[in-house]
Amino acid sequence: MPAGLNINLYAVMPEILVTALALLVLILDFFIRKNKAALGWVSIVGLLCILPVAAYTNEPYPVFGGTVVADSFSAFFNVIFIIAAIFTILISMDYLKKIGVDRGEYYHIILFATVGMMVMGAANDLINVYVGLELMALSFYILVAYRVTSSRSVEGALKYFVLGALSSGILLYGMSFAYGAAGSTNFMEIAGELGKGDNTFLTLGIILMAVGFGFKIAAVPFHLWAPDVYEGAPTPVTALLSVGSKAAAFAAFLRVFTAAFPAFQADWSSMLWLVSAATMIFGAVVAISQKNIVRMLAYSSIAHAGIIMIGLLVFNDTGLSGVAYYLLVYAFMNMGAFTIVALFRNKGKFENIDEYRGLASTRPLLAFLMALFLLSLAGIPPTGGFAAKFFVLSAAIDAKYYWLASIGVVSTAISLFFYAKVIFYMYMRDPEVGAETAPSSGVIYNIVLFCTATGTVLLGVYPAPFIDMAIKAVRPLLM
Amino acid sequence: MIENALGIPILSILILIPLLGAGALFFFPNGQKEAIRSTAFGVALVNFVISLILLFYFDSSTYKMQFVEKAAWIPGIGVEYFLGMDGISLLLVLLTTFTSAIAILASWSAIEERVKEYMIHLLILEAGMIGVFVALDMILFFVFWEIGLIPMFFLIGVWGGPRKLYANIKFFLYTLFGSVFMLVGILALYYAHGTATGEYTFNLLKLYEVSYPYNLQWWVFLSFFLGFAIKVPVFPFHTWLPDAHVEAPTAGSVILAAVLLKMGTYGFVRFNLPLLADASRAFTPFILVLAVIGIIYGAFLAMAQKDIKKLVAYSSVSHLGAVMAGLFALNQQGIDGGVLQMINHGISTGGLFLVIGMIYERRHTRLISDFGGIARVMPVYSALVLIIVFSSIGLPGTNGFIGEILILMGLFKTSATATVLAATGVILGAAYMLWMTQRVVFGKITKRENLNLKDINAREVLTLLPIIGLIFWIGIYPKHFLSLSSASTARIAEIVERNAPKAERAERAAHVEGAAHHTDMNETGHAEAHGGTH
Repeated sequence: MPAGLNINLYAVMPEILVTALALLVLILDFFIRKNKAALGWVSIVGLLCILPVAAYTNEPYPVFGGTVVADSFSAFFNVIFIIAAIFTILISMDYLKKIGVDRGEYYHIILFATVGMMVMGAANDLINVYVGLELMALSFYILVAYRVTSSRSVEGALKYFVLGALSSGILLYGMSFAYGAAGSTNFMEIAGELGKGDNTFLTLGIILMAVGFGFKIAAVPFHLWAPDVYEGAPTPVTALLSVGSKAAAFAAFLRVFTAAFPAFQADWSSMLWLVSAATMIFGAVVAISQKNIVRMLAYSSIAHAGIIMIGLLVFNDTGLSGVAYYLLVYAFMNMGAFTIVALFRNKGKFENIDEYRGLASTRPLLAFLMALFLLSLAGIPPTGGFAAKFFVLSAAIDAKYYWLASIGVVSTAISLFFYAKVIFYMYMRDPEVGAETAPSSGVIYNIVLFCTATGTVLLGVYPAPFIDMAIKAVRPLLM
Repeated sequence: MIENALGIPILSILILIPLLGAGALFFFPNGQKEAIRSTAFGVALVNFVISLILLFYFDSSTYKMQFVEKAAWIPGIGVEYFLGMDGISLLLVLLTTFTSAIAILASWSAIEERVKEYMIHLLILEAGMIGVFVALDMILFFVFWEIGLIPMFFLIGVWGGPRKLYANIKFFLYTLFGSVFMLVGILALYYAHGTATGEYTFNLLKLYEVSYPYNLQWWVFLSFFLGFAIKVPVFPFHTWLPDAHVEAPTAGSVILAAVLLKMGTYGFVRFNLPLLADASRAFTPFILVLAVIGIIYGAFLAMAQKDIKKLVAYSSVSHLGAVMAGLFALNQQGIDGGVLQMINHGISTGGLFLVIGMIYERRHTRLISDFGGIARVMPVYSALVLIIVFSSIGLPGTNGFIGEILILMGLFKTSATATVLAATGVILGAAYMLWMTQRVVFGKITKRENLNLKDINAREVLTLLPIIGLIFWIGIYPKHFLSLSSASTARIAEIVERNAPKAERAERAAHVEGAAHHTDMNETGHAEAHGGTH
């Protein structure tokens, strides 16, 4: 449809800029031989410059023949992706030296993964969603395997690749059904075709797509990859995986289901109800028995995915803005927790929760920050985690999903148990005699921790401007 | 927006001072223990003095909220920073500031490790507790409610006894479990109010004005009940309390018993009774049964204890059962008694935990069988213990008597059977308390270690004297205290009273809101309430 092609480069400027940055880093990699961390700095400076562009790119009308829409929703998520990428690169530079694979391609692969996420957030067409998702997923397959010397990392990567490829296939299969039933891959046109005639295949398409997205957000029963991959991957990658990849998948999930299938809302809501409830309970209960801190955080992220899903399935403005707000808070608090884990984790040390014992006396500030992030993840006021849970649960009650809200609060109460366990070890046990003391945090870690902690507290104490942003962000979805 | 006679946001100041104090302590070097202790005590003392100033500016003739402060917090969803106090809050705030100062004094020599962190936690806890009692926005209330949890978690977990981990997890999970359901209830109320009036707000005073459908009230009551009953604790949710008490350090026990448990009963008075009047009436038999079981069961359990601290912990279950029975008598006398007994229990049980802490510091045991005849070596101590024990039993002349008699009188109008059963709690209370005192304080010294016990020093006497003073003050002239809260309790009793038609009440409330002569209006309401109950 050449008439409606509407080419507007400005709308995709953030994506173009990040891609250009990635290519620049790729080229620089040939010239910078020794100090690969310089590539990290180039990426960070570049991303910082792109951040305002991404935040202010706002073209409410679909461009490029209706395949891309750079509205306030994609801008909001672009900010989350870029912030997550910046934090990840910051903590990676030291981490890569520590694990002995200080190679240049790491940085541009992270940037490509970020581009993939941004494409997902701005997609208005099934094909675009798929392209973005694959770009992100392929980048992550490489990143997860980055600790090449560790069999765990390779195992995780292989699992992620096999299951990820399968889930991509299922997603694509679902998209093909939707295309077959609606005759278009464009969200608006699919929405326009709904209700005309037999919708059996469209329903099938919706179910299969939910499976595909469910895999990316690690919803039960498609979560099996998460603990192994999280544990095996380099910790900064795990952080990006749990924050960025999840946010991107949710962004696409939200956009596809609200823009393309609003007429089926009752159906997919009741389907997601079950998935959400199972995810919340399963994630929280299984996390209790975890001894490894990364696996614990993996199950915790599963439980969080379940709670975020509540906001999606209740399908009102509070719920959808709650999802956006939750993912923003989650980017800060989870990134903060993973930063500390990445700092400590080294050559098999500080893998288990009980190795955090006595941290309050050896590294009081780090212990305090870890406690802050964990309490925020647990949803204790006055942290951002509380505000986020509050908005999502409040949406559920507004929509009269009382049981789901109750399951949500029970899951929250259960989850406190395993978050508190880490705090127990840090504050209420003495350090083991002769154990290696925890490494101190350098300037870079301190910057990341300061930013994430400030974000975590600020989003809880003064949420008003940010929730307004989230409300503005989801407005295009409800039109 | 600030409206009060002083023209300053005094309630915010009350919350801020401990927080700033905690912040200042953060910069003290770890080694300067004396400086840290003195600063913490100074901060708590200043806060106590400021709370006393409130007394002079408080108008006890009205149930209306005073010292009100209001500011937008999350305007998009109607969350406000909204503080204010009535007589009930005032009493509890005074109890909080008083207890916090005493608790710091009591930890002077008992806490030697990580003193700085300990004092920081105590001060944050104080801020959280004051916040709970003065918050008039449901979300703000919830935030303070949860904030109080974290320092307590550390106080028990770091400075607690040998089984602290178990006790702490139990305490934390129980209370959190209850409170998350409370949050669901708050949200349900919020949306019900929004649907009914078109105004979405967590402002408690506005939430009061709407009468909610019975079905909703029933569920919200249940969710609030879970949150508050676990905190009180009402039988059968009491099992966390003895563990937490036994493992907590002395100051932790004092604050737990004196103030934290009152957050639960306060919740019932402030939220359940006036917001959910119909459901409150419907739930009354159920709650009275639980309260009476708590009174008797708690007393019997207390009688069987070998550890003094555990004995006092179970006596708390029994006493708090009495408070609940008083509140759910649903008339002014009962509520008056319940509120006064909250204060009394704070004073007497706080005092008991203090004296247990003192003897524990000397002997490092709390088993009743390890003592006997300590009156011979510690005469001053024993005399003071005896007074506090009398107060706990409710001997005439002490504060406990007034509270209990009011509760029983109020309860009698509601249920004679419950009154008779609740009254056995008084007798059982005398039995276990006096029996314990006899075995610990009187008789011959049976253990060699007890021969050389030192009597309490000046600081310890200073810690206990205010408590002794209050015991007699309330016991002999309770009017000073009752009159502070009577306007509020009368108002609550009026709201929950069966025959008061809701529409008329709402109209009057609206009228009172707008009227300049609110005092006159209130006195009419007051008189009516008395007419109804007597």
